[in-house]
Amino acid sequence: MSDHDHDRHDHSELSETELRVRALESILTEKGYVDPAALDVLIDLYEKKIGPRNGVRVVAKAWSDPAYHARLMKDATAAIAELDYSGRQGEHMVVVENTPEQHNMVVCTLCSCYPHPVLGLPPVWYKSAPYRSRAVSDPRGVLRDFGVTLPETTKIRVWDSTAEIRYLVLPMRPEGTEGWSEQQLAELVTRDSMIGTGLPKQPSEIA
Amino acid sequence: MDGAHDMGGVKGFGPVVPEPNEPVFHDEWERRAFALTVAMARPGGWNIDMSRFARENRPPEDYLSKSYFELWLAGLETLMIERGLVTREEIEAGKVLSPPKPGIKPVAPDEVTPAIRRGGPTERAPKAPALFAIGETVRTKVIHPVTHTRLPQYVRGHLGTIELNHGCHVFPDTNSLGKGEDPQWLYTVRFDGPELWGKDTDPTLSVSVDAWESYLERV
Repeated sequence: MSDHDHDRHDHSELSETELRVRALESILTEKGYVDPAALDVLIDLYEKKIGPRNGVRVVAKAWSDPAYHARLMKDATAAIAELDYSGRQGEHMVVVENTPEQHNMVVCTLCSCYPHPVLGLPPVWYKSAPYRSRAVSDPRGVLRDFGVTLPETTKIRVWDSTAEIRYLVLPMRPEGTEGWSEQQLAELVTRDSMIGTGLPKQPSEIA
Repeated sequence: MDGAHDMGGVKGFGPVVPEPNEPVFHDEWERRAFALTVAMARPGGWNIDMSRFARENRPPEDYLSKSYFELWLAGLETLMIERGLVTREEIEAGKVLSPPKPGIKPVAPDEVTPAIRRGGPTERAPKAPALFAIGETVRTKVIHPVTHTRLPQYVRGHLGTIELNHGCHVFPDTNSLGKGEDPQWLYTVRFDGPELWGKDTDPTLSVSVDAWESYLERV
């Protein structure tokens, strides 16, 4: 489960897994348990439609529309569904908002729970042993790994997703963005800022 | 079970190494292993808690040496062998050696998107009032089940505060065993960093888990 899995496997090992999966798919197809065309639809969905750009829309709208922000904080599942994002691994959503006093970070120490409808499938680091072990005991150290340093007085709040509740971090809207449109604001939102391992981009970064 | 998957607070795994511009999948086999696992759940007849347990119920050295999608593949194989859908011999030989289990209907291409968009909500109607109130101090029980549980070791036996009540949700400990959903009140319980990790811990840290009612006791 380490980050180095891909380095550790030599080519022949990878080929062995590849052959095993290919054979398994043909066994399951021949037995009539799976339809390969359904697998193609599933893969396409997760590669092209379900991803962090969905979460970016949620955050940018929350930053620019106070009424939406209020609905999102009150019932995140319903507010996210307004933008047509719902379903598997996002059935029960909670949005946690960063403030100058408190920074939120999300982890799943037991497996890889992650809000798919708004963020897609989790990156390798999120599922890795280093993140899962340290996020709950040394989150400031983890933030350093991401190049992020927060003021010592900022409270750090870590949400371990041990049930079917899925958490999305609402980062703080960067300063100097007064009067920006939702589309402009969306350019500042990063995936990691919605997990809590990063901060949004500053206006100067996209100028 | 207290397995290698329960990683909160374990030392020595090193730094987190993010990959810039990471793709959704790194290899074609990851795509297929992921899709096979998702697409086999309904015809296979297992639930999410059973599939989590199939991935985590293995020797630590096995769990830690497998990549994420290798664990998914191993879990899928276990679930199918347990239910007589395929045999170990078939998986090793890479070809069909026995007739299919009758009555299995595959997921059709046009069923995929609606099913993913629907998901599998776990909230159920409550049968009794919640035992704990928001703001109440509770202690997590010290338990070490050999079967599936979602109470991580690092919070067991510690004092926390009830912060959110999420309603009644399917209980993984019984659902993973096929012993029913046994819905229970689910709470977000917040712990101060020093309560979990000792007095030298960063006092600005707090950590929460989502805990079913039977994981908790009054103090």
